Amino acid sequence: MYRYDEYDQQIVNDRVKQYRDQVRRRLSGELAEEEFRPLRLQNGLYMQIHAYMLRIAVPYGLISSKQMRMFAHIARKYDRGYGHFTTRQNIQFNWLKLEDTPDILADLASVEMHAIQTSGNCVRNITSDEYAGVARDEVVDPRPYAEILRQWSTFHPEFAYLPRKFKIAVSGGKEDRAAIYAHDIGLSVTKNAQGEVGFRVLVGGGLGRTPIIGCEICEFVPWQHILTYVESILRVYNQYGRRDNIYKARIKILVKALGIDEFRQQVEADWADIKNGPGTLTAEEVTRVASFFTDPAYETLDDHDSKLNEFKADNRPFSNWMLRNVKPHRVPGYAIVVLSLKKPGSAPGDATAEQMDAVADLAERYSFGEVRITHQQNLVLADVRQKDLIRLWQEASAYGLTAPNIGLLTDIISCPGADFCTLANARSIPLAKLIAERFEDLDFQHDIGEITLNMSGCVNACGQHHIGNIGVTGVEKKDHGEWYQVSIGGAEGNDSSIGKIIGPSFTFNQVPEVIDRLLQVYLRERTEAERFIDTVRRIGHAPFKEHVYASDFAVAEEEAAGKHEVAPAQYALPYYSPRF
Amino acid sequence: MIIKNNAIVADDWAVLRLNEQDSAESAMIPEGRVIVPLQVWLKHRDVLQKRAEIGVWLASDERPETLKEDIGKFSVIAIDFPKFSDGRGYSIAYNLRARCGYAGELRAIGDVLRDQLFYMQRVGFDAFVPRPDRSIEDALKGLTDFSEVYQTSINSKLPLFRRVQRKGNTAANAA
Repeated sequence: MYRYDEYDQQIVNDRVKQYRDQVRRRLSGELAEEEFRPLRLQNGLYMQIHAYMLRIAVPYGLISSKQMRMFAHIARKYDRGYGHFTTRQNIQFNWLKLEDTPDILADLASVEMHAIQTSGNCVRNITSDEYAGVARDEVVDPRPYAEILRQWSTFHPEFAYLPRKFKIAVSGGKEDRAAIYAHDIGLSVTKNAQGEVGFRVLVGGGLGRTPIIGCEICEFVPWQHILTYVESILRVYNQYGRRDNIYKARIKILVKALGIDEFRQQVEADWADIKNGPGTLTAEEVTRVASFFTDPAYETLDDHDSKLNEFKADNRPFSNWMLRNVKPHRVPGYAIVVLSLKKPGSAPGDATAEQMDAVADLAERYSFGEVRITHQQNLVLADVRQKDLIRLWQEASAYGLTAPNIGLLTDIISCPGADFCTLANARSIPLAKLIAERFEDLDFQHDIGEITLNMSGCVNACGQHHIGNIGVTGVEKKDHGEWYQVSIGGAEGNDSSIGKIIGPSFTFNQVPEVIDRLLQVYLRERTEAERFIDTVRRIGHAPFKEHVYASDFAVAEEEAAGKHEVAPAQYALPYYSPRF
Repeated sequence: MIIKNNAIVADDWAVLRLNEQDSAESAMIPEGRVIVPLQVWLKHRDVLQKRAEIGVWLASDERPETLKEDIGKFSVIAIDFPKFSDGRGYSIAYNLRARCGYAGELRAIGDVLRDQLFYMQRVGFDAFVPRPDRSIEDALKGLTDFSEVYQTSINSKLPLFRRVQRKGNTAANAA
């Protein structure tokens, strides 16, 4: 993986120093909260309901065991012993004190990490395919380009105060595993007929209040020109993106207002001037960065291991895990292992300090000391010898990391929701737990098969509910009650689509029953081997809607009430302002 | 006092801001060193260009190309930041320098705070009028927040990867 040279380290160290001084000025009252806010946000620091939350960048989701151990250290020393992995492959700590945050950043800098631009109206962490470098369908390894884009976007002077946040994802496989259609810029690194590397560029995708699938702005931008091309997109957006209404400020609204052809023309007019300029990438730089992403020392192995098959035959939990959590690797004898952070009863994406340390150890022993964070909020060991799978499974099971549910109903994507976030209307984590409990039965989950269930606490869609086969989102109503909207038909990947809301919203306790009814329709209507999403696409929304609203919901509200309360805040904070 | 070329210096340019009831046409333009709004310049161009020294300022929604023909006529061009979070001024500055060929003084006015100064100098500003309720000595420190940068911009024509020899993965090279 990429390692800092003295320049990278200097820039991150300078940031720690700058941020430490900003915090000092805030604590002394020299900076008003209004002025401090954009500064702390560009460093990933939010003020939430109970405490400050710090979002740490995990560039394209790739970290070393050493870095994972640093997360465990931060969780223990500054937080309450756990962290939350996000849909943008980052990690968040939810219980921090402002005065500790400069020290946390210094700790992170010591392991080549930072929290730069993990929030704010700037270019955010670059995300990528969690199977980059090991996927069988990979055309070009996206990681060197993701790192080059990370460096280019870090403290870009012109684009630090954009109309709104800006998210870029890069994918390099035939199948898109980075949700590139749901990003402000989605890049698919590929090869043309001559075998030259370049990018298919999508623009104007995004979720939030107005979910839109990205449009192709350029079919093929040669690799040398990708930085200047992206620069021109951002320059057009910075000048003409709306700044009068926060809900209309994302680039997707500009692209929609101008139309993709007019937008493309403006970008190309700007680009004509800088194309071939000094910002053009050099082969030397690509080679240099790519040298950090070469293959580890793979052994020459066979794909078939008789011991493994024997164990699988005798051990149902293990064979379930093999079926769902172990993915094919491009090198014979190796496998990709997904460690589930979706164990029923736990909050989706949460990991304790003990689990983090355990994952760091497992990665060191079985996967060349590297871990990937997926946008589905799980962890990946990308280079495991197949003959180590049994031992790995046994050891990971001791830490609750082997729930065999990857891609199944209980592999729920969820934001932290109203238990932490000031923006949320809905308690997504308790709801995720409630749903996971209801559908805990593995045979049932396997019968349902591949399905995605994404939940967001509000329209901002951190849980990416629009691209879930089933999406659940908390909505605000006039009565200020807690209401949940359910949509079906969303999907990510090459056939991305935005889900459609099935009808009037539901109470917290009705949602599991709603999902049950949706599944009943699927089980009734599906043809053999048809996934939930395929059935929805074939028969449409009507049969689902009809069945869900056909009868009343019998839910014991009192019984359920109070079952999933979170611990209230235990300490007061300086400058705490609820729901700013 | 303003910050100019990395130092705190005295300055006697006045910025003319129109009230809501004023129109660009009827604006009273004081004598002496004055930085007028773009609209005032466009209306009074014939008179103003006869002055020995004149400055113009752009609002964040105005286009620098409007000045392209006149670019050599100004002693100073200023860009107004109505709010520090309004980042359009950075692209205006970039376009003025890179595309309109402006080489004179480029001044940031309005809601200009210490923590923006580093970015501002990178896109071509060389003069800053920090908000009057803040210490200018303190603001000056903002210009040196970072000792290294990655990208190409106005004050650093080459990106880091073209300026220095950077090391690749030495472990891989050795293998």
